[in-house]
Amino acid sequence: MSSAQQVVKRAKYKTTVKDPGTPGVLKLTREKFVFKPNDPTSKNKLEADFRLIKNHKHTKEGSNKPPWLNLAHSQGSYIFEFESFSDLHISRELVGSALSKHVEPSKVVSDEQLSASEMTLRIKLLQEDSKLQKLHKELVASGKLTESEFWATKKKLLDQDESRKLKQRIGFKNSLIFDTKPTSDGRINQVKFQLTPEIKYQIFTLKPAVHQAFRSFVPSKMSEVDFWNKYFRAEYLHSTKNAIAAAAEAAEDEDLAVFLKDDEILENEARKKIRLVDPTLDMEADQGDDYTHLPDHGIFRDGSKETSEAQNTLYRRTLLQDLNRQSEVVLEGKTLDTDMEHPKTVAEVLARRNQRFDGVIEEERRIRISKMTPIDDLQAQDDHAFAPLCIKDPRDYFDFQQANAVKPLDNSPAAKLKTRSNLGYEEAYGSLRESISNIKTMGLRDPLLSPDVAFKVLTGLTKNISSTKSNLGKSSQESVLDILPSATKEKLLDNWVCSQELLKHFWSSYPVTTQSLANKARRLKDAISQIYAKLEEIKVSSQSDLRHQVSLVVHPMQQALDAALLHYEADLGKRNAKGSKPNGYV
Amino acid sequence: MKFTIEEVTVYFPYDNIYPEQYSYMVELKRTLDAKGHCLLEMPTGTGKTIALLSLITSYTLSKPQSPLKLIYCTRTVHEMEKTLAELRLLHDYMVKSIGPAAKMLALGLSSRKNLCVNSRVLAAESRDSVDAGCRKLTASWVRAVAAENPDVPSCEFFEQYERAGDAAVLPPGVYTLQDLRVFGKQKGWCPYFLARHMVQFANVVVYSYQYLLDPKVAAIISKEMQKESVVVFDEAHNIDNVCIEALSVSVRKQTIDGARRNINRMRQEIDKFKATDAGRLRAEYNRLVEGLALRGDLPAADGWLANPALPDDILKEAVPGNIRKAEHFVQVLRRLVQYLEGRLETENVEKDNPVSFVSAILNQAGIDQKTLKFCYDRLHSLMMTLEITDTDEFLHVQTICDFATLVGTYARGFSIIIEPFDERMPHIPDPVLQLCCHDASLAIRPVFERFQSVVITSGTLSPIDLYPRLLNFHPVVSRSFTMSLTRDCICPMVLTRGSDQLPVSTKFDMRSDPGVVRNYGRLLLEMASVVPDGIVCFFVSYSYMDGIVNSWNESGILRDIMQYKLVLIETQDVVETTLALDNYRRACDCGRGAIFFSVARGKVAEGIDFDRHYGRLVIMYGVPFQYTLSKILLARLEYLRETFQIKEGDFLTFDALRQAAQCVGRVIRSKADYGMMIFADKRYSRHDKRSKLPGWILSHLRDANLNLSTDMAVHIAREFLRKMAQPYDKTGGGGGSGRKTLLSQEDLEKIVFEGSMNDMF
Repeated sequence: MSSAQQVVKRAKYKTTVKDPGTPGVLKLTREKFVFKPNDPTSKNKLEADFRLIKNHKHTKEGSNKPPWLNLAHSQGSYIFEFESFSDLHISRELVGSALSKHVEPSKVVSDEQLSASEMTLRIKLLQEDSKLQKLHKELVASGKLTESEFWATKKKLLDQDESRKLKQRIGFKNSLIFDTKPTSDGRINQVKFQLTPEIKYQIFTLKPAVHQAFRSFVPSKMSEVDFWNKYFRAEYLHSTKNAIAAAAEAAEDEDLAVFLKDDEILENEARKKIRLVDPTLDMEADQGDDYTHLPDHGIFRDGSKETSEAQNTLYRRTLLQDLNRQSEVVLEGKTLDTDMEHPKTVAEVLARRNQRFDGVIEEERRIRISKMTPIDDLQAQDDHAFAPLCIKDPRDYFDFQQANAVKPLDNSPAAKLKTRSNLGYEEAYGSLRESISNIKTMGLRDPLLSPDVAFKVLTGLTKNISSTKSNLGKSSQESVLDILPSATKEKLLDNWVCSQELLKHFWSSYPVTTQSLANKARRLKDAISQIYAKLEEIKVSSQSDLRHQVSLVVHPMQQALDAALLHYEADLGKRNAKGSKPNGYV
Repeated sequence: MKFTIEEVTVYFPYDNIYPEQYSYMVELKRTLDAKGHCLLEMPTGTGKTIALLSLITSYTLSKPQSPLKLIYCTRTVHEMEKTLAELRLLHDYMVKSIGPAAKMLALGLSSRKNLCVNSRVLAAESRDSVDAGCRKLTASWVRAVAAENPDVPSCEFFEQYERAGDAAVLPPGVYTLQDLRVFGKQKGWCPYFLARHMVQFANVVVYSYQYLLDPKVAAIISKEMQKESVVVFDEAHNIDNVCIEALSVSVRKQTIDGARRNINRMRQEIDKFKATDAGRLRAEYNRLVEGLALRGDLPAADGWLANPALPDDILKEAVPGNIRKAEHFVQVLRRLVQYLEGRLETENVEKDNPVSFVSAILNQAGIDQKTLKFCYDRLHSLMMTLEITDTDEFLHVQTICDFATLVGTYARGFSIIIEPFDERMPHIPDPVLQLCCHDASLAIRPVFERFQSVVITSGTLSPIDLYPRLLNFHPVVSRSFTMSLTRDCICPMVLTRGSDQLPVSTKFDMRSDPGVVRNYGRLLLEMASVVPDGIVCFFVSYSYMDGIVNSWNESGILRDIMQYKLVLIETQDVVETTLALDNYRRACDCGRGAIFFSVARGKVAEGIDFDRHYGRLVIMYGVPFQYTLSKILLARLEYLRETFQIKEGDFLTFDALRQAAQCVGRVIRSKADYGMMIFADKRYSRHDKRSKLPGWILSHLRDANLNLSTDMAVHIAREFLRKMAQPYDKTGGGGGSGRKTLLSQEDLEKIVFEGSMNDMF
């Protein structure tokens, strides 16, 4: 970069394009730029860091515009008018390099794209767990694994923390849409509404008729703005509670009438739903029996009933109805995945939900009512298959739980019938014997290991155990490790953890499908062989009387590492040998 | 379980019984023995219904030589369903333990709207159009035409039912309305007519109050009921209101206009018949001369609503000569409508008694009392003759004739009040002429006289001595039971002050005070943050609720409340309210929690249970007094004072507090349940108001909870809820109280044994 570290030029600072500008001196450095107006009393002093500048533009030489440099920041832009284009070019060069410098470090970070919260979480995890920290130091700091590789296998730890934060689906907000209070500037007789997509969605869900109107009117009949104007006009009419005025307006403007009238879709829905209602709630059915309140029968005006103005009920909608509708929608829940652009009407969704057979519904109603009928505490007690929560006799409780635990294993219907689970000892013993003999005769299904291998391992282990036992004597509590000197023990444990981690990474990188995986495998192989060597060293360096024990401990670890190394060699050989590589292999 | 009460083996479908249920049964059994009437108050949540049902059915079983029929009256259809569900439980148990001998027939009966299975008829919205739609298909003359002309539609279900004839019977069992519909659909028989037919043979009939109390319906449905019946009015605390409403009629401008249209239409029909079928009109005339208002035995499907007057008061004589001819009768109706219209055009409120009103009609319209009295029967006969099936169109002229018949029949116990507008909305002219009954004993008297035993029972009948006076009868047993509680599972509180320590009340001068409104809102908000699941709020009226909810919305309290729970509201639209309730229950079921706003005296307060998690707290905002400036109420109070010596203030307080008790009583259904009740008005702390609450609430109302402010109430609520969450011993045996609150069969046997021991010494 040939440009100087600092440039000082005469320039005019303009806040907007139209602004004639304040003449002054612009000083640019790699970090920041300072503008000093010629007139010291002027307020247009400026000092800003390039960090805040997003990008820069300038006018082209030859265009009829004066030489302008435009530095855009988050809120707007600074415009400088230079005396000549050559000045502009020099300044531009510096600005360009300064900006690029400031962009670079952020790019490095973006390689991992870690949010701050995730970073703190990782740090916290490391701080909490010293072993993890040690491992991290060992593997990542030494470059055996990259940061992301290291954490990839620790996903569970990260997720666990994640799940502590609520990962619930957000339901429909229980707030009133008519909360969208208008803002008024107070001078002119006009109000402004702020509509966010969420509010729109809320309106659509609450009022299917508006939704329908929106889909049929916009944009064929009117623009979206007009539509919302109409809507809020209607809302305003409702809020005045002047049903007559609303009726009059509706008569004049048929589009407006859509919003003012009762929602037909809702009414139809209501009619459908009323049939599904719990019969113990169905007050509509009562009307059928009410012969006292034939029109004009019964006592009409005794103050207990309130008369409503019958006329124009069509255009009356009350807050109470809105509240009921609101709660209903909240209960139904919102499907977040419903796309705003292609919203299915609520009615459709509901219709689908309601498309159950009448018989099923009736049956449900029946079951529900019969469930509600009995009085709980009059019924015989202790008829339940679960233990009471207060544990008086732990042994009894344990037996009970055992019985419950056994139940799901036994799938035969006869066993299911036995809901009373107070198993006697004999029964329990019998069933245990039975299941053992089942296994004896049939063997376990789908054994994880082939029996031969298992047998080999078991004999190996028994041999080891018996040999250590003879060494250790009676104190079976102690393990082999305890007789080793603590330094060796520490070392062994560290190496063990480390090798486990490396092996995990190693095996997870197979099959090698990309170059990066191949690199990783190579890197890991090197690390593994290092550890292998370390283990060997431990074995050799240990005291002779303990050498046998150490080698016993180290042996399986080395075996595992051996397997990994072998596999690596074999795989490498296979990949090099084959001319035509199988699908996806590098 | 099975036990004996004085030689009667009682079958009870549970393994345990509450002690008060047992004593309730004992009292009931004595009533049945004495063949008299009784009045029993038992707290809600103690299983009244099942105790009643199991005692009466067991009693009937033990006396096979004189079988008793049980007529169980409920206020609402859903209560009917609940009762039948409990009865089914009992029936299953009895059949299991006794065998087929215990089989009985029990069914619910409702209107066509709830029983019809014909999809074409059901398409109609209102009850009256369903009735008319049915008549259009099943009236005898329509069927006669349909038999010849296959193009005329008829109802296949009714036809098949008719064809089946006597074979169309319900096998023994318990039938809810739903079961009836299913059965009807299966067999292809009309469930409505089948049920109406089977009512005569059933052991247990469950239906609405009005089928027994309203003469218009009772004369059709309940005519055939035997004397050896036990009539039960459940939840009967409002029975006096039902009685007076059954005999009240009002005439409005719309009624007059509609009646005119009806009369013109009848006139046209008469002219048409004159031209085509004059013989029919002549036949009717001859019949009327002979003194038969109707053509003998009407086929069931032709039946219309019956005479609005009580059966004993209807004159059994020939229709007077001046209205025997159809056109003369139409003329009379025309003059009557003209006269009523004239009376409606008044500037001031007028109050009249029937006697002077009738004489005024005679003077100005030339219609005498006897003619008035026969209006209804004459109209009925004419409608049949003219073969009018769209009866829903003729409701207006029917109203006029009901009015005429009632005003011509009754000289006392009624008054006529003409109001030019509603007092609360003086700017809207809405004249109404009301014939209102003041005497609840009129409508219920035939029931007391006809049936062997009448049981009036409810959770709130306090003060229990008032009901016999209001209904004018002499109970052989009149008792109020208290509740034996295992633990203090109800927690009534009186809240007198808000969070700012200022008094709260819905007294007229305070109810619109913004401070009171805010305090009420804060109370709900704080409670919503403490109480789990469902909260129910009752307000004194719709308009008050509307006002307070709106101002809560404006002040933002409502938004805060909605953060805790969903808000659902009772409106005057029944369908909407039903759906709101359904949503409320679902919100409580799924754990979201909800608040239900409702109105005292409203439909919800009357019949919906908010038991268990559906209602952990109920707040009664204010004292639900009736609108005391109402002219009708004033007239009724005056009548009560003069006739029964009941003081106005006493009656008003009694009425308000029975409503309040009814509202708060909805939260508890069994002793395993628990709930809090807040009476939010400073007037409840006064002794004269409070003492009118039923005993089972009073006994739990501690002195410390009589004068609370919001913060104290919230504190008590927290403590109470924490206490209720603990496990407890259901039988109450270990509580140290000494008395058991749940009795097993052995316990009962012991009681009986000890009782007999006591008798011996």
